[in-house]
Amino acid sequence: MHELALATSIAGAVCERAAGRPVRRVTVRVGALTAVVPEAMRFCFGLAVEGTVAEGAGLVIEHLPGTGHCRSCGDDFPLPDLILLCPCGSADVAVTSGRELQLVSMEVD
Amino acid sequence: MCGTCGCHVIKIEQKILAINDETADINRTHFVDNDILTINLMSSPGSGKTTLLERTIREIGRPVAVVEGDQETPLDAERIRRTGCPVVQINTGAGCHLEAGMLAGALDDLKPAPGSLLFVENVGNLICPSLFDLGEKYRVVILSVTEGADKPLKYPHVFAIADLVLLNKVDLLPYVDFDPLECRRHLAAVNPRADLLPISATRGDNLADWYDWLN
Repeated sequence: MHELALATSIAGAVCERAAGRPVRRVTVRVGALTAVVPEAMRFCFGLAVEGTVAEGAGLVIEHLPGTGHCRSCGDDFPLPDLILLCPCGSADVAVTSGRELQLVSMEVD
Repeated sequence: MCGTCGCHVIKIEQKILAINDETADINRTHFVDNDILTINLMSSPGSGKTTLLERTIREIGRPVAVVEGDQETPLDAERIRRTGCPVVQINTGAGCHLEAGMLAGALDDLKPAPGSLLFVENVGNLICPSLFDLGEKYRVVILSVTEGADKPLKYPHVFAIADLVLLNKVDLLPYVDFDPLECRRHLAAVNPRADLLPISATRGDNLADWYDWLN
């Protein structure tokens, strides 16, 4: 349940910036290749903000798909999982997106 | 201010794990300044991490210190302590992985000697530890032959970040249905950079290669 650690981290950063103002909504960006389960993240966020200025705040999760770049053929292609194989057959692949775990913004009164 | 409801939108754009990563960088600087080589050792429970450490401490011929991460009990730290090696146990309770701040706290107690080899035995778990940088130089994943050759495909995140994968318990190969070549293929599919080194922490197979890699 690493989502609890992530949610606690989000709650800490948000409450610090809120400086006492009630937080209505928090937006995060989560890459598809990060092993983060959105439902678990939402559940843990609810627990992490209990008793803080962000209690009851909505959590918006922007999903970012995984993409890879093939160093052999130069193609950029979707990467649904961490099996690093280009459609051309090459395994010389760099992950170009999908590993993001970013706190994007928050809304306060 | 947003046009719909009048609330204020505050842009943040920082890594969710920013605090962990900053602490990991502080740990890393401490290791570099003191010439401490730190290895983050990850695996599922029961793959032989502690057995490998007990033997490595006895045989490698250089100072070793250990941080033990487990959900509960000081049992692993007691095993390491019996070898005469300095050790600190972290019990994570409900936590399923170590974080950089936990390691920083353990370092205050452990005070590994300059020039030593520091093993951080992470909580036995193939999912959560892969997200958390501790400030280590290398990440080593242990997979044992009793677990199945498809583990790299089933748990790709931890294998994808490994610098080295140790295939442990090869002394049991005659008794289990495990194809090392298939395992090597699966590992290459998620991580073409990492070597797979077959070892037996109990019988001693290829441990000289493991010590060479560490040195």
